[in-house]
Amino acid sequence: MELVVNTLAVARGGLTVLEGVSFVLAPGAALILRGPNGVGKTTLLRTLAGLQPAVAGTVSVPPESLTYAAHADGLKAVLTVEENLQFWAAIHGVGGVTEAMAQMNLTDLRARRAANLSAGQKRRLGLARLLVTGRPVWVLDEPTVSLDVASVALFAGVVRAHLAGGGMALIATHIDLGLAEAAVLDLGPYKAKAPVAPGGFDEAFT
Amino acid sequence: MTALLIRDLRLAFRAGGGFGLGLAFFLLVAVLVPLGVGPEGATLARIAPGILWVGALLACLLSLDRIFALDFEDGSLDLLATSPIPLEGVVAIKALAHWLVTGLPLTLAAPVLGVLLNLPGPGYLWLVASLAVGTPALSVIGAFGAALTVGIKRGGLLLSLLVLPLYVPTLIFGAEVVKRGATGAGVSVPLLLLAGITAGAVALLPFAAAAAIRVNLR
Amino acid sequence: MSLWEYANPKKFMQVSARVLPVVIGLAGVSLTVGLIWGFFLTPDDFRQGSTVKIIFIHVPTAMMAINAWVMMLVASLIWLVRRHHVSALAARAAAPVGLTFTAIALVTGAFWGQPMWGTWWAWDPRLTAFLILALFYLGYMALWQAVDDPDTAADLTAVLCMVGSVFAVLSRYAVKFWNQGLHQDSTILKVGEADPIAPAYYVPLVVCIIGFVLLFVALVLLRTRTEIRARRLSALLARERLA
Repeated sequence: MELVVNTLAVARGGLTVLEGVSFVLAPGAALILRGPNGVGKTTLLRTLAGLQPAVAGTVSVPPESLTYAAHADGLKAVLTVEENLQFWAAIHGVGGVTEAMAQMNLTDLRARRAANLSAGQKRRLGLARLLVTGRPVWVLDEPTVSLDVASVALFAGVVRAHLAGGGMALIATHIDLGLAEAAVLDLGPYKAKAPVAPGGFDEAFT
Repeated sequence: MTALLIRDLRLAFRAGGGFGLGLAFFLLVAVLVPLGVGPEGATLARIAPGILWVGALLACLLSLDRIFALDFEDGSLDLLATSPIPLEGVVAIKALAHWLVTGLPLTLAAPVLGVLLNLPGPGYLWLVASLAVGTPALSVIGAFGAALTVGIKRGGLLLSLLVLPLYVPTLIFGAEVVKRGATGAGVSVPLLLLAGITAGAVALLPFAAAAAIRVNLR
Repeated sequence: MSLWEYANPKKFMQVSARVLPVVIGLAGVSLTVGLIWGFFLTPDDFRQGSTVKIIFIHVPTAMMAINAWVMMLVASLIWLVRRHHVSALAARAAAPVGLTFTAIALVTGAFWGQPMWGTWWAWDPRLTAFLILALFYLGYMALWQAVDDPDTAADLTAVLCMVGSVFAVLSRYAVKFWNQGLHQDSTILKVGEADPIAPAYYVPLVVCIIGFVLLFVALVLLRTRTEIRARRLSALLARERLA
């Protein structure tokens, strides 16, 4: 299964921000999305994850094969690290909580409540959630925010292992993850030309 | 699904908040009304069914905005919406969790407050029965209102404005059951109508609420 | 050409610009004729005296208070199914008009009830149902106000309108059950039955009803045009911001 995105157009707040976005992601491959702030990276990723409808274009895989991780980690402060992961594992019907904690270096923190984690540790926990979804395509929005250098390297290793297992990753990021093999897609050229209001309101008086 | 229910219950118990507050509010209503109305037993006995139902309804309203807002803020709702569980199921489970931590305790506490308000003897059975049948509707309707207002900052007041008119039929039939029960009249008609509203709301509103959440996540 | 072409904002603006003056004129004529006829050229009732003439405002506004909600429900369904923006804006435009009619019906009802029943307000099922209807209008309008994104607001209010309609009907039957009431049944549809409304009142009443229907259509058209202009303005501002 490969991920084919064909002439996708996405809108934020009713205005098209990106159009004609096309790329192919083969199993085992990663793609880094770049572009200035506000170009529509988050909007594109949310559209791929099925959280909002596309304006035009097609995505070859259903949203059920994708999992999405963004700025908000979806962690509950009063649950422990292990409980947070166990919940998402149960929701997705897969196991592997222990392995996920080991891979993201969280095993020592397993009984600690998420409220008492540092920002970087929370981030690691949020990313460990990806491992208990069992989904092949990871859609990541700035995954390395508040991670230190060692943790970035750790996470790059986790992504590489996921790719080696036939997974795919689509990462919007500003920093160098150290994934030299990943292709890079600059979203700048896909910026929508003239934003057109939907429903024909632009032409209502001409 | 069970995992979601367990998580929501765990969150409710560990974070305190909503669970105890609703009961405390219900108690306050039952204490304040006699202070305002006066201590005459006959007056209190006559208004007790209505006061108890209005109090339970308002206590239920207090914790509605927490059903989805917390999950929306920390991103869980995005992740639940993209999870294998249908969003309709998420809504139903969250409404059930809300009922278990508010509606059920209110139902169980209501007879004690009935004593404070001098509720006539035959009314107690029907008070508990009507609340047990009616409060699930309050939770589901409330979940629908919470789904509509999930993206709105400080939507609490708006939520009340949207939900209270929707509570009218439940309140009328619920209080009617207790009123008739307390005077020994037949209760089967309002009780069945109340059950009908609950059944209809539980069956249909999760779909409307899920649609509203999808719109709000866009 | 399909009927839906008129749902295009541009087409709607063109057509409504021509239709609106006609509707306003007709509404003005029929309201003037109906109200003057009703107020000055009908006999006093043998029991109710001249207070009976409140009927010429009370009945049409009460009918339109309900019909406005039905129109909003239809417009909301059209928006949800066909995604015509004009439809959503028409539903939005109708809500304050419907609320005003509801308020007028309640106030004129109070004026009527005071001499007839000896009280300004009674928890009569019809009165109560109208009060609840006013609450539904308020909630609907508040939701429109509270949501920033226009399409999101249109979707959410459309869902609220559908669910609200079901609960409004339920509430109507619930309050009937709750209290049998003082208010007489609707008389307007009883022609041909026993105890109908007198013909001397019937004809001017029908003229008034037509007048209020036209007034409603005129107000909704006018407000929808304003909403379209507001959307056009925000589209231009958004474009400027992005450029």
